Amino acid sequence: MNDKLLCLDDISHSFGGVEVIRRFSLDIEPGEFVAIVGPSGCGKTTILNILSGFVRPASGRVGCEGRARMVYQHDGLFPWLTVAENIALGLRHIGDPAERDRQAADLLELIRLRGFEGHYPHQLSGGMRQRVELARALAGDTDILLMDEPFSALDYLTRLRMRRELALMLEERPRTVVLVTHDIEEAAQLADRVIVLSDRPARIRCELRLDLARPRDLTHPEVVDGIHRLLFELGLEEDRSDVRGDVFVDA
Amino acid sequence: MTETKRTSGERVLPVAVVIGSLLLWWGLAAAHVFPESLFPDPLAVGKGVVEEVITGRLFNDLVASLFRVTAGFLLAVVLGIPLGLVLGSYGRARAALLPAVNFFRNLSPLAWIPFAILWFGIGDSPAVFLIFMASFFPIVLATVAAVATIPMVYFRVAHDYGLTGGEMLMRVTLPAIAPQVITVLRVTAGLAWVVVVAAEMIAGRDGLGFAIWDARNGLRIDLLVSGMIVIGLIGVVIDRLLFRLTRIPSVRWGYER
Repeated sequence: MNDKLLCLDDISHSFGGVEVIRRFSLDIEPGEFVAIVGPSGCGKTTILNILSGFVRPASGRVGCEGRARMVYQHDGLFPWLTVAENIALGLRHIGDPAERDRQAADLLELIRLRGFEGHYPHQLSGGMRQRVELARALAGDTDILLMDEPFSALDYLTRLRMRRELALMLEERPRTVVLVTHDIEEAAQLADRVIVLSDRPARIRCELRLDLARPRDLTHPEVVDGIHRLLFELGLEEDRSDVRGDVFVDA
Repeated sequence: MTETKRTSGERVLPVAVVIGSLLLWWGLAAAHVFPESLFPDPLAVGKGVVEEVITGRLFNDLVASLFRVTAGFLLAVVLGIPLGLVLGSYGRARAALLPAVNFFRNLSPLAWIPFAILWFGIGDSPAVFLIFMASFFPIVLATVAAVATIPMVYFRVAHDYGLTGGEMLMRVTLPAIAPQVITVLRVTAGLAWVVVVAAEMIAGRDGLGFAIWDARNGLRIDLLVSGMIVIGLIGVVIDRLLFRLTRIPSVRWGYER
């Protein structure tokens, strides 16, 4: 009907009398990378759960033209399955075993974990585990990747590395991505569009577009500027749009 | 990964303790510190074991006891785990039945001995019944707890990847509870082995428990002690066998983090 891959139309939802989302609308284009940021407890994850179909909103319409998979914060891998078996979950729909093995090998290559196929998740580092989760979610021919703070349990340097890897993986296997995060840097470094939410009940406070190829350097001027604007929108930095040029020269 | 190399001292020490204890025992017996009729010497006990082996009685008793434990324990596993799965999954069933299960869990299985004899007479059945009563309730409770604590995220992932119904049970629920269930199996198998001895002392005509009771009645304290040693050793063997279950690669995660 329309070219919107994902859309939320006038969604409202509450949990036990607490209104989490009020009259929320959002359209996402195919191939777009959208990040949703906002104060903790503002309903970010609920929006993701509504997009995935896990939560049915109290009112409003959800449209989803495609198959979505979720990447969780941590512990999304089945600990009783090896790396290869976890990834194979994402390839269940492929009937031909040879083809399945070939794709599994490709995915292991993509996440640079060749040689770890027989390892169990508890034998891997946090970063390696999240890479396996990504591989599982990117397996096969799904359209949408829903990510719920996928790197927040990792240390800072690993997080930087994972952002870069995610960007490279998406280059090879393009997906429409919705990333929920509280990490402003992550949003500015990865997303085409950052949606800043207000406090509960969640409303869109503003949107920020970043037209810049990925992977992006964290210190790229446009990324830095994006971070500043996001922090300003969240009331965490002063507006310095009038002195921006000077700041960059002097610093 | 957590396997630590045992130093030679750690290997030698337990052996040294056993030899030391035997020497102390032999010394006390040889010095006649206690009356001979109450304190057998190790040589007599050794002879008793040999005698029991030669007559074939030890083997018969062993088979009888192992059969009863295996039957009662397997019955408890086969009925207890499914009931635990149901109670763990359905809040209403849990609310209705958990207090009763808890009551029986805390009732000593030995309290059932009179009914075991009244209902089942003498032989295999009362012992199997008592072992079942000892193992069933702990297995149910542990399964309920394990099911209730499966992280929600596993079910969400299973749903994302199209696992439903029977596949959900076989590929998510059961593997997720396996480590905790194996732990309770080890505990209850030990309990079952304790209970079979008591059951056979009172409601048996053979079995290791009957053998030591019979030895006491015949004032054969050498056979009494040899029976005790066999019972202890078999208990250790049973636990070591079940411990092997924790070495299965797909359950290691439950013990290593």
